Amino acid sequence: MRRVILSKAGPDGPRRDNNMRPSIIKWTLISLCVLFIVIMLILPLATVIVYALRQGWETFRDAVLDEYAVKALKLTLLSAVLAVSVNTFFGLFASWAITKFHFRGKQILTTLIDIPFSISPVIGGLVFILIFGRIGWAYPFLTAHGVKIVFAVPGIVLATIFVTFPFVSRELIPLMQSQGKEEEEAAALMGASGFHIYRKITLPHIKWGLLYGVILCSARAIGEFGAVSVVSGHLRGKTNTLPLHVEILFNEFNLTAACAVSSILVFLAVVILILRNIAEFRVKKETR
Amino acid sequence: MFSIKRGQSSSIIPGFGLSIGITLTMLSLLVLIPLLSVLLTLSGTTFEVFWKTVTDTQIIATYKVTFSCALAASLVNLIFGIMLAWVLVRYEFPCKRILDGLIELPFALPTAVAGITLTTLYSDKGWIGSLFDKIGVKISYTTTGITIAMIFIGIPFIVRCIQPVLEKLDRQYEEAAFVLGASRPRTFFKVILPEIVPAALSGFGLAFARCIGEYGSVVFIAGNIPYKTQITPLIIMNKLEQFNYAAATSVALVMIIFAFVILFLINSLQSWISRIARG
Repeated sequence: MRRVILSKAGPDGPRRDNNMRPSIIKWTLISLCVLFIVIMLILPLATVIVYALRQGWETFRDAVLDEYAVKALKLTLLSAVLAVSVNTFFGLFASWAITKFHFRGKQILTTLIDIPFSISPVIGGLVFILIFGRIGWAYPFLTAHGVKIVFAVPGIVLATIFVTFPFVSRELIPLMQSQGKEEEEAAALMGASGFHIYRKITLPHIKWGLLYGVILCSARAIGEFGAVSVVSGHLRGKTNTLPLHVEILFNEFNLTAACAVSSILVFLAVVILILRNIAEFRVKKETR
Repeated sequence: MFSIKRGQSSSIIPGFGLSIGITLTMLSLLVLIPLLSVLLTLSGTTFEVFWKTVTDTQIIATYKVTFSCALAASLVNLIFGIMLAWVLVRYEFPCKRILDGLIELPFALPTAVAGITLTTLYSDKGWIGSLFDKIGVKISYTTTGITIAMIFIGIPFIVRCIQPVLEKLDRQYEEAAFVLGASRPRTFFKVILPEIVPAALSGFGLAFARCIGEYGSVVFIAGNIPYKTQITPLIIMNKLEQFNYAAATSVALVMIIFAFVILFLINSLQSWISRIARG
């Protein structure tokens, strides 16, 4: 109401009101947001780097090239590659089934796929202990055949798969839904085989979305801590992933080494963020 | 259950059997059967034992800590999330792309790394912690610390839910409200806010569920003092270390139920709001 009266008061009134206040609001909001991001996100990143290098380059190098740190890095990458491959395989088939066909129970299926998203990673590790651990129903069979899953590498891979299960399919399903299925139907009518349709029509349309999902999935798989911590058994050099190695160093009050090893993970995270931004930019193009 | 609807079999695209088969097999083997093992393990315990385990005073205290901190963190994130989404969509300013890219850092950064850096930063010797230490406020190893760690991991959820909605929002309505004489705050609360509420709610729900289950980034800064700063996922961890599988599984079941209830509530609230919005 006030503004209506103002506009009657004179031609300058509303225009000044329009230009002055928004810019104050705008810059207040921007500075609040920047402050929030600096305190919550940038300062923690800076802390890692500064603490990692505070005892000099030599200590940093020793911590990063430490035998156990290198082994942990290898295990982390191995389990991440395996988990991402399995979940990508799943994501490709699940998104095809869900977006190209009508069937009963579709809603339930998508809800079930998203379960690992909403429950604690610690539970993601616990469930495998309950199956393959000493009290698990698969334990007698496994010991009879000399297979070790829990407190060994397979358990770590399984827990990582569980926690990152929905990542790829979640990216692909909305994207493929928005693109419809007319082109695939046309190709099928003309007699193209399923594999041919997928390779020539679907895949080119979703490749950036797929990459985006794979990137998110890798990020989570590399950094997974809770689930892996439950099933790992913390054997140095054998079942220790990089995040678990960071935990051990931190608990030994070796903050510099912990931050030095963390900086490898920070580096990976930043690379992932940059790739993610490129992929996201391309996904927006794909949707259009 | 998962058969093609009759009359809808117009689908000539091949591969339904293969893709649904692989989907269901992998989902069952990797997610559903492992989850059912929680129920299977508990099938031997009576309800009384289960109830006694999960209502132990120390465990009740962890529910309170986890819930109150997750709620506080998600509310802070709700406010800053709306603000960040607004700033990122509506304003142009230098370094905007970097700010936008950084939002996802909590997704990309391993939780253990986030945990130890936040602990260091907010401890009485850290850059921020030492400032607060001078006025006698401790952050690391208190519930404030837990809340801060939960704010950290929750940031991307709400921003990324609201951003696309704001981008699609037609500015005509705002302009109309403005021309008709609504003040800026009124335009925001009456025209823009109702549009973003469903998205904000689903972001809030996702962030809240994630905060409740979060372990890596919270466990370091929490300090894990019984009755004061222990979180529920830690209890599962402790019980497992004591080889008390039944207790660990009982607490896990409670957490799974909580997670489902939260998702259900948020979903119902969302559909209720969109029903009201439609009239």
